[in-house]
Amino acid sequence: MQAVFSVPKSMKENFKYTFCPGCDHGIAIRLVAELIDELNLRENTICSTCVGCSVFLYDFLNIDCVEAPHGRACASATGVKRANPDKFVFTYQGDGDFASIGFAESMHTAIRGENISAICINNTTFGMTGGQLGPTTLMGQVTTTSPFGRNKEYYGYPIKIAEQVALCDGTAFSARVALDTIPHINQAKLALKKAFEVQLNGLGFGFVEILSSCPTNWHMTPHDAHEWVKNEMIPVFPLGVFKDLMEK
Amino acid sequence: MDDKKVLIKGNYAIAQASINAGCQCYFGYPITPQTEIGEYLSAEMPKLGRGYVSAESELAAINMVVGAASTGAKVMTSSSSCAVALMQETLSYACSDELPVVLVNVMRAGPGLGYVYPAQGDYNQAVYGGGNGDYKIIVLAPSTVQECIDYTYRAFYLARKYRNPVILLADGLLGQMMEPASFGKNPYPEVDVSSWALSGAKGRDGKAIYSCARDEKAHIQKIKDLFKKFEVITENETSYEEFETDDAEIILTAFGSMTRNIKASIKVLREKGIKAGGFRPITLSPFPAKRIYELASQGKNFAVVEMNMGQMWKDVKFAVEGQSYVSLINRPCGEWLSVEEIVSSVENILRTKEGEYASCI
Amino acid sequence: MGFIKINNIRCKSCYLCVETCPKGLIKKSDKTNRLGDYLVEFTDNENSCVACAMCAKRCPDLAIEVYKD
Repeated sequence: MQAVFSVPKSMKENFKYTFCPGCDHGIAIRLVAELIDELNLRENTICSTCVGCSVFLYDFLNIDCVEAPHGRACASATGVKRANPDKFVFTYQGDGDFASIGFAESMHTAIRGENISAICINNTTFGMTGGQLGPTTLMGQVTTTSPFGRNKEYYGYPIKIAEQVALCDGTAFSARVALDTIPHINQAKLALKKAFEVQLNGLGFGFVEILSSCPTNWHMTPHDAHEWVKNEMIPVFPLGVFKDLMEK
Repeated sequence: MDDKKVLIKGNYAIAQASINAGCQCYFGYPITPQTEIGEYLSAEMPKLGRGYVSAESELAAINMVVGAASTGAKVMTSSSSCAVALMQETLSYACSDELPVVLVNVMRAGPGLGYVYPAQGDYNQAVYGGGNGDYKIIVLAPSTVQECIDYTYRAFYLARKYRNPVILLADGLLGQMMEPASFGKNPYPEVDVSSWALSGAKGRDGKAIYSCARDEKAHIQKIKDLFKKFEVITENETSYEEFETDDAEIILTAFGSMTRNIKASIKVLREKGIKAGGFRPITLSPFPAKRIYELASQGKNFAVVEMNMGQMWKDVKFAVEGQSYVSLINRPCGEWLSVEEIVSSVENILRTKEGEYASCI
Repeated sequence: MGFIKINNIRCKSCYLCVETCPKGLIKKSDKTNRLGDYLVEFTDNENSCVACAMCAKRCPDLAIEVYKD
């Protein structure tokens, strides 16, 4: 009997995700854990976690973690890396954390070319607080704070994070991936690997934006939520690699 | 480092002392009147192979400090008043996370943007904090450039010894003043941080440093433990200076660089036959309330002299517990209260015979 | 020949595995979890599972392990 797929070694023993049923956070964390195993990074990694649904990362991953205040994960990771240039340092944030309250910290970390990796889960909403309008909420999307749908008069437009990050000179890799289908999940892992490898090669800021489902706050079944990612999110947030210094 | 005296500006003294104390990384954002600290370190840290980041904001700077401190590194940021206000959220996190953060606040005048002339208006901000929840920070207030050096050494030591943020509360006067001072040697021993610092989980399970509470009972216990720790800090580290208090009828009380003026005022008052003494808390937090209570119980009255609207005055009154009178001689900001102004105010206080006297000049 | 093990403690009954399995080997079960949600079960009477692991990759809760004989 041969194990084809098992729980990555970097996951904590007897962990149980606290995410809602059908939430893609669990897949993103699994991919991170698999890469930490494959690149043999577990004993040399420090993660800067954020505030939001991803706050309990340290309950799932068996690695060293420091919690940053809301939006400051990239700044905190900068501190970790500058004091410990030999450590592998990454952040795991939501879109509200990375691109709303922490946009200045995130962008400046990219602009400085800080040698860290950053992962941003984009589910178009503030998940933990119950589905409010966030920086990535789609036009027309109904949330608890855009009850009539997002319009430009009241709310302005959603932000395209991966493209913005790619514009920064210090960015070594920036991509947007999704977790709605198995091929997309496989591509997401490849992108995360690149974002890790640019750091390991000292090339600068590695970034992956992951389009993720939020069935609870979208008021959808897990199936419908993934259909929504495919039909509504991906047309607005196109998947792809927007910058890759490894290719040059 | 030798004991040779050099003529040096307060800001540069703090910066060089942080290097001597072993500061591995500095993260900062410019603001007058403390910018020379960042300027000095931007030149010196790279030569030593240490970290320096011109942060995009004070928010980022203090969070870089927290990140680096979580790995047990000696780190520092410096700023001033309205910009230290931006750091309050993270100071609350750092206290809860028990991280050895060193923050230098070279005070300017508030509220709001205020102005670049000196003031002591951040006593409350430093001692009571602007962050959320129950937490306590160690606050050291130097009065000379020499003390800027000595207390910088002490700040790094206390931060790591107690795993607690420390604020070095200087002011624009000290930051911009040149005085002879010697760096000597950092007198404090190294503190072992390996039991808690993040290092990458080599040969062990992952560790997490966080303030997020999951369980109510554990949360309550954690806050109680933090306050118990501060009781130990109060017991061990409370420090103050007294000048001629033995026979004093009125004790001029000041912190930071106002200490210089009360020392001179005591001399003048004594020449005039007034039995004046002086008291100067070195640690504003923990506050030397016990000693103030003892002095008050001997019937000595107090006159608090400070460059704000009476922020430390409240604490002295609280410590005195109504045993004697606590007057206030103050100005909100700007030109330091002169010896003449202090002396004439004390004379006015003594003429009123009874009751407390507040004289905002 | 492949087979899977489902961890009923981690499973949150999102049923994404049910629609993912190309051979339809995972179905809703009659058993429920603590919350009363129907769990899923793996039935492979004709030994058609090839251990492609798509169900495990799709599972957001890491509740599926895949083996090959």
